[in-house]
Order: sequence, then structure tokens, then C-alpha cells
Amino acid sequence: MLRATFKSLLAHKLRMAMSAFAIVLGVAFVSGTFVFTDTLNSSFTDLFRQTAPDVTVRPEKAEAAAAGGFTGSDTRVVPADLVDTLAALPGVARADGDVSDQSTFIIGKDGKVVGGNGAPGVAANYNDAPAADGSPIVTITAGVAPTGPGELLLDEKSAATAGYAIGDTVRLVTSGAQPSVTGTMVGTVRFGESGNLVGATLTIMDTATAQQLYLGGADAFNDIAVTGDGSLSNQQLRDAVTAALPAGFEALDDQQIATENENQLQQGLSFITTFLLVFAAVALIVGSFLILNTFSIIVAQRSRELALFRALGASRRQVTRSVLFEALVVGLVGSTVGLLLGFALALGLKALFGAIGLDLSAAGLVFQWRTVAVAYAVGVLITLVAAYLPARHAAKVPPVAAMRDDVAIPESSMHRRLVGGTALTVLGAGLMVWALAFGGGLPPLGGGVFAVFIGVALLSPVIGRPIVTAIAWPYSRLFGTVGVLARENARRNPRRTAATASALMIGLALVTTMAVLGQSTKSSVDELVSTDLKADYVVSNAVQSPFSATIAAQIAEVPGVTAAVPERFGSAKVNGQQTLVAGFDGDQFGRVVAINVKSGDLQTGDDGILVTDTRAATDGWRVGDTVTVDLPAGPAVLRVAGIIATSNFVGADIVLPLAALEAGGVAAMDSLVYVDRAPGADPAAVSAAIGTVLADLPTVTLKDQKAFADSQRAPVDQLLAIIYALLGLAVIIAVLGIVNTLALSVIERTREVGLLRAVGMSRRQLRSMVRLESVAIAVLGAVLGVLLGLVFGISLQRALSGQGFAVLSVPVLQLVVFVVLSGLIGVLAAVFPARRAARMDVLRAITTD
Amino acid sequence: MSTNSSSAPMPTRHGNAAARAIDLRKVYGSGDTQVTALDGVTVEFRPGEFTAIMGPSGSGKSTLMHCLAALDDATSGQVFVGEADLTSLGDKELTRIRRDRIGFVFQAFNLVPTLTAMENITLPMDIAGRKPNKEWLDTVINTVGLSDRLDHKPSQLSGGQQQRVACARALASRPDIVFADEPTGNLDSVSGAEVLGFLRRSVQEFGQTVVMVTHDPNAAGYADRVLFLGDGHIVDEMNEPTSERVLDRMKSFDGAAHAGQVT
Repeated sequence: MLRATFKSLLAHKLRMAMSAFAIVLGVAFVSGTFVFTDTLNSSFTDLFRQTAPDVTVRPEKAEAAAAGGFTGSDTRVVPADLVDTLAALPGVARADGDVSDQSTFIIGKDGKVVGGNGAPGVAANYNDAPAADGSPIVTITAGVAPTGPGELLLDEKSAATAGYAIGDTVRLVTSGAQPSVTGTMVGTVRFGESGNLVGATLTIMDTATAQQLYLGGADAFNDIAVTGDGSLSNQQLRDAVTAALPAGFEALDDQQIATENENQLQQGLSFITTFLLVFAAVALIVGSFLILNTFSIIVAQRSRELALFRALGASRRQVTRSVLFEALVVGLVGSTVGLLLGFALALGLKALFGAIGLDLSAAGLVFQWRTVAVAYAVGVLITLVAAYLPARHAAKVPPVAAMRDDVAIPESSMHRRLVGGTALTVLGAGLMVWALAFGGGLPPLGGGVFAVFIGVALLSPVIGRPIVTAIAWPYSRLFGTVGVLARENARRNPRRTAATASALMIGLALVTTMAVLGQSTKSSVDELVSTDLKADYVVSNAVQSPFSATIAAQIAEVPGVTAAVPERFGSAKVNGQQTLVAGFDGDQFGRVVAINVKSGDLQTGDDGILVTDTRAATDGWRVGDTVTVDLPAGPAVLRVAGIIATSNFVGADIVLPLAALEAGGVAAMDSLVYVDRAPGADPAAVSAAIGTVLADLPTVTLKDQKAFADSQRAPVDQLLAIIYALLGLAVIIAVLGIVNTLALSVIERTREVGLLRAVGMSRRQLRSMVRLESVAIAVLGAVLGVLLGLVFGISLQRALSGQGFAVLSVPVLQLVVFVVLSGLIGVLAAVFPARRAARMDVLRAITTD
Repeated sequence: MSTNSSSAPMPTRHGNAAARAIDLRKVYGSGDTQVTALDGVTVEFRPGEFTAIMGPSGSGKSTLMHCLAALDDATSGQVFVGEADLTSLGDKELTRIRRDRIGFVFQAFNLVPTLTAMENITLPMDIAGRKPNKEWLDTVINTVGLSDRLDHKPSQLSGGQQQRVACARALASRPDIVFADEPTGNLDSVSGAEVLGFLRRSVQEFGQTVVMVTHDPNAAGYADRVLFLGDGHIVDEMNEPTSERVLDRMKSFDGAAHAGQVT
């Protein structure tokens, strides 16, 4: 039996390879994701290890701040005299005060920002304190240490990228009170041992200068690095230091810092991981259809042989097992190749991230056994599950079939499928309607979508037939008999056609959903900008980090500007819930952005907050209530001044006045400035004048309403492009599915093809017959997919209408293009099977048994 | 090219043959596994004649038919359908000849399962993009007696009915010559007799040329002439055969074969 299995595998090399390809892609995604995120993880862990000293002393963080994600930096400091106190403790070798900033960007010689794109621009004061592992955190590789204002060190890589040499004047953009800084580069440093900054840039200056720039000139530090003399473990040292600290400060050993960083990192990476794994899942689901189909057809074609096995005494179980064993081999081979491809994928991702600023070139790919285990488990399991049904089917071949001429495996009736599919579809649709009509939220909606998906996939052989008939309706008119034959071929085995089309259906349903959501987002942005944005200009930072508050003040001075209203973001704990908070002064903000006030008003003063109606409803707040907001510096008791409608310009559920944020220890850095122009002022003159204010700050840009809308739409297009590219893989698998099915169908119909050739069908006609069948299958998948995608996209838009998807917009033209492209895909998929059919030897085709 | 070249004899004497083969050789494989299926067969089929080709298994009768019907190419020699020399033609021309000038009836019926009986009958003309001659089509359909079954798919028809559809298909386009490969091989004797009677009538009433390969002496009894093939040669020919005479002849074949083995 085993030998027969191997013989069968060898005989079907090509089709096995094609179904294995689906597994290859899926596994490649899974393993590529793991390898890449492991690599990212190790790069950052490496980075953190090289920065954390034995013990770090810093102002005690409110729980809000410790969770990370403060958009503005913590302004509280450690007094300088604490350094000497700590240095004098027994067991302490040295204590060094650190001043650091995360948004000091280097402007290159070409006037462009070095790095950015999410990686921080780090600035720090110079000292030679070692990390916990004893290695220096920074090492001067050229020049001298900076002394006095105007002297800077840059890290080697950034200096090279920016084009600066020792002695050059370097331009910096900071988020501090002085937005634009220049200095002379007096040397270069290497960070840690490898110089791997993972895309960040590093600027080093002397302590006094750093204090001047970032701490307003106070003789203080952001934190203190304490290094032990080796007599105590880091934990013991931490406890000793803690005992010596005044209230309001905390000491953490290197392990604690590492854990803290790790947690933040995991949160940051979870998006990428989830994103990639979702696509792996799509590839594998689509792939399982392909495998199911391939094995079904192979079993059907081998039914006579299987019947012979049964007649010769093989048990049902043996037959099932022999088919499953084939699947096992396919799964193993597919997983192995997929694993290798996964490494290539991880390399590609690494290069891609390098191109957008996350430089991982110093890190080798991290290969963990877990990756291998998961890859094989997923690959083999999916193959076995997908092959299980055909394997069970194989066992149903009656032994007597070996004696018969025309063998047909008894097909289970469509009845169960019809009932099950209808039930699931109805159930899912009901769930979706309920979720939408009664605000059930996303989870039931998602459940409904999934149920409808499976239900329609089950029903597709039933509903597919009339749709194929409709799609192929013009065939007989346009292509005559060849068209009729193609149509009938596409209709003759509804299960096979449907399973083949299902793969494309899944891909296109997802693509369509995304297209609808994307288009709706863009329309919503346009709508929002035209109705809600009263300001003439928006000033924002290209590198997505906040900028100096000085800028808003300077713009307000520009002639022809009537208002320059800043907006900030921060994170706080409100009523026990970590919440993103916005910061602006309500009465000012109301002049530049239309805000729908439900009750109360926008006059918040310095102690009033604005909350959205949704948040007010969940927390039971009314105008006049007091709310405690935990800020880095401690809790602040504020009153609810107004309840407003959710707005994308507000961007948060709770708004604090700027003064309250600053009092709470959130740095005075703006994320956006809305600028209003005086009526009658010359737009060109005003924007030119604002331009001069921003001239030294290449990261900060001024946009008018149209440019602002464009800039808000651009990320949607980028994200869609990435999603389309990834879903393109699912489409490739689907195409392979069509190729496979058609090739197998052609072999199965050898005799028929031979007859057609014998009675005078030309090769060209035969090819177009196969091609038309392929197109019908592909378009069937596309039509089902687009219809499902429309339903899903529209219901998601409805469900998310409050979150930036206010306007429903269906990209009709794009959807038509999808369907047409699917037809082309059908043509493409038919190339190989059609050629195979046309090449078939007429005589062999007729005399075959 | 000289007109009296010995390798290409002028077809003057055979000018009106529906099909003919000249010194036809067909060799399969090479080296040790080489098999000579046809070893210099020269034969001619006159228009309006019903010829049966008989012979034991391996005698080359199917190969001869495949070569004559433009389904297989010859190793050497020439094959003509009408005036067209098949050995000089490419796939496109051969396809056209099969489509326009040849009709086929196979042992396994070979109907397209997705098409109705009517669609199967008109298939060759549909492929060619020609309109069938309505009158002739009705005549053919009435002769095979399928008028009430035209909308049925092959799976809804009995074996005999399927083979009658196949016959109608072969005749519908009025081909120069119809080749039938064991047309009764898969049928019971009653259905077989119907099909043979129909082929006979097509020769008698419509002047159709029919070449049939068979090893059933009863079937051969319907023919005007029987050719006997053995080891790739034409070994005998019988005009106006009856099934008894054919059976006797076949028996002597077997006897000769056995005698050959004994010596």
C-alpha cells in the first residue's frame, strides 16, 4: 500500500507541486513573520541592553506614564544634588546624571531630515557611564568630547548619512523651547558595541547645553545612572539606592528596565505580527481549498485503482490512510520549502523596513526552533485537514467499481450542503443585521461575517451554477459551439468549479472589503475637511512627533493670521481607564474646528474638560461633575465643562486645557497647529510669511485645506497598496488552483478532447474552449467575492461610521476593474492547461481507457 | 517534380477513389521494441461502397483505419482522402479534412456528455461554423429514429441510442467517407443490428462510403466487401460476403495461425 502511495505521488508530481505551493506560501508567511519579529525583538533587546545601567533612578512614574505611550515627554526631573548623594553610597562606584530627548532630529547637508519615519531622534548629554554589562554606552570614535554650547557629537552612521564631517556646522530640530539649533560637530560616537541604533539618530552634547535645551536651564537630570562597584548584585544595589531616595523618586535595576522596554516593544510589534499572520491565515485558508480540490480530483481519477485495492482486500481505513499519507508528504515538502522561503521573506521585510528608516542591517536573522515547529505544525496540519474529506471519500469507492467501465464515486447529496450553507448564511446575516441595527458592536458583526463567508462557500456549488450560466450567457453568441462547450464544462461539476472559484472568492471578498473601507475613509476625510475644518492651514510634523510650542506663538505673530491654535496629545488614566487625551483650549479651538456641543460649552478655563457624548454616557458624566485625571505628576481634579460630539479633529474622548496638561507634567509640545487667516488677507503672502517661520524646521510643514486632506488620504492609499500586495498572494494561490483544476479536468476529459479533435476541432478552438471555461470559473469567484466584499465592507463601514468612516463610498469602477482583471487571470490560468489539451495526441485521446 | 515519378504514381486509375493507401507502412517504437503494424499496405475504397476490414488482434486493422482517417501519421507510403495526400499535410489541414470530409463512429460512442443528442449530431458543423442542411439533417435523424430523443443528454440514452446518435453525427455533415471502429463492440445484438442496418442504408440510399473495422463476422456480413488483414498485410478480399462465408474464412485464418505455430 505504501509503495502504491509513493507511485501515485510520483505520477502526480506536478499537480502535487502546485497544491504544495499553497502550503509553501502560507508557511513562508508564518515563518517569515516569526523570523522577522524575532529579529526585530533581538535588535531592540540588544539596544536596550546596551543602554540600561546597573540601576536607574527617575521620578516616580504615575501608573499612567509607566504604561508608556505618553505623546508628550515627562517634564519632571531629578535634582542634580541627588547625583552626589547616590555616588557616596556604599557599593556605588559612580552616579551620572542623564539628560535626554527623543525628538531632536538632524538636518542633513541637503536640508532633509536624517532618519525619522517613527524612529526617534535621540539627544543626550555626554558621559562615559557604562551599561549594566560593563560596556560603554557611547564611545567616541573620532574627535573630542563636546565642551560648552555649540559643540556636538553625532553617531557615525548619522554623520555619514547627513554628510557632516568634523568642523562642519550641524543643524538640528528640537521639540524644546528653541526649535532650531545649530552647533559645530567636534567628533563622532559609536553607540554600544555594534553602533546599531535601529534607525534612530544620536546627538551628544555637554550636560549644560542639554540642560539648557531640554530642561529650561535647570540644574537637573531626567534620570540618574548608578553603577555599582561590584560588591553588590544589581538587585541589592537597587534596594540600597531606594532606601536613600527621597519621596517621589524610584530606582529600577537593569532587569526591570529591560522588562519595561520589552512590554512596550511587544505592544509596538503586535500590530506587525498580527497583520502578517492574518495574511498567512488567508493564504492557508485559500490554500486548503486548493488542496481539497486537488486531492478530490486525484481520488476521482484514481477511483478505479482504489477500487482495485479494495477488491484485492485493502480495508477502507487503508485506502483513507494511503491518501492521507500522500497529503502528509505534500505537507512536509511544502512546509520545508515554505520555511526556506520564510527566511527569504524575513530578509525582504528587513530590507523594506531599512528603506523606511528602521535600520536592522546590523542584526542577523534570528532563527528559533519554535519557528520551525510552528511552520511544520501549520503546514502539515492544514494539508491533512484539507485532504481528509477526499481521503474519506476514497474509502467509499465500492470494490466492484474495479470491474466497471465508468467509475463514479458516489457523491454525497447536495442536500446537506444546501441545508447547512443556508442555515449558516441566514444565521450570519441575522447576526450582522442585529449587530448593526442594535449596536451589537464589532465582535458579533465579525462572527456574522465569518458565518456568511463559510455559508456562501458551502452554498457556492448550488448558487454557482446559475451564476456561471449568467456569466457564460454571451459565450454561445460570441464563440458558438466552443463557447457552449466551455459553458457546459464549467457547469458540469459544480463542486469542483465552486471549490476552485472559492479560493478567488475569498481573496476578492477581502480586497473588496478593503477597497470599500479605503474609499469610504478617503471620502470621509474629504467630507470632514470640508465641513469641520474652519482653519485655513494646518501645521504638522512630517516625522509624526510633536514639535516646539514656540512655533504656534511665532505663527500667531505673522501679519494676516488671526489665530494659531495648538493641539497636543497625551495619555492619562481616567476613572481607572487608560485614555488618550487631547489638549487644547476649547474656546480657541472652536474658532478653527467645527465642534458640535451637546451640552455645556467650550469655555473650559484652566480646570474644565470636554468629553465626548459616548464617553460621557459610558462613565455617567454630566456637565458640572468632577473627574479625576491621573497625569504623570499626579492626579488632577477637573470639572466637566462641556459634552461634545465625537470629532476626528479632536481625536480623543477627553480634552484637557493646555494649562492643566502642563501642570500635570506633560511637556509643552504641539502635535498640530490650526491657523486662521484674516478675511481679505492675501493667501499667498500669508503662507509665504508662515513659511519663513518654518524655514529652519524641515520636519514641520504648512498645509492648506486641500493639501491637508491629501496628506490625510495618502496613508490610506499606502496601507491599501500594502494590503492589495499581500492579498495578491492569495490571488496567486487561487490562480494556481484554477490551473490545477483545469489541468486535471483536461486529463479527465482526455477521451472527449480526442473526440473533439477527431471531429475537426482545431487546436486553437480547443485552447479557447479551455480558456473560456477558466474565465467563467474566475469570474464566478470574482463576482461572488465582490458581492460578499460589498456586503462586508458596507456593514463594517456602518459599524465604524463613528470612527472615521462616516461617509459610505463604493469604488464602483475599481470593483469593475477587479472583475475584469479576474477574467484576465482566468485567461492566464488557462494557458498551461489549454496548451496541454491542444497537444493531446488525438489517437491516444480516443483509444485511452 | 516529374509526373511519372515512381514514388508518387499518378492517381489516374484511382481518380475516383474515396480514400486509398499506397505502400503504407507504420512502425511503432524503435530498436528491440520495434513493432511493424502495417507492412506495405496498398488499398482503395470506392465511393458508395461499404467495406469491412477484418483480422485477428494485432493484424493492424485499427492502425490502417487511423492512418486513413487522418488520426495517425504513416511511417512511409501515402494516404489519400479524395485527392488530398494526407502524408504531406500539417495538423491544421488534417484537422480540416477530418472536420469536413470524414465522419467517425467509435466503439465507445464518444459523445460529448455536456451536449444534447441534437447538439452532438451537429457538433462537427458547429465547430466548422457551418449551418447544417436542414433537410438532410431531418432525413438522417428520421433514418436513425431519434426524433423524440434529440433533447436528451447522452447519459439519458441507452448504448444503442448513443451509437445511433454517433452515426447520425458521422453522416450529418455529408462526409466523403465514414470510418466506423468496431461500432457494435459495446452493443447487444439487437442494438448492433440496428446500427449496422443504418450504416447499410446510408450506403444504399444515400451513396455514402463507409469503412468499418470489426471482428464480428455478422457485422462484416452487412458490407459490400471484406478485407482481411494479417500481420500488417492485406491477405485476402471477399466481395458480397455473408456472415457464414466470413466466419469460414476467419476459421481458416485461425487454422493457418495455429499451423504456423506448429511448424
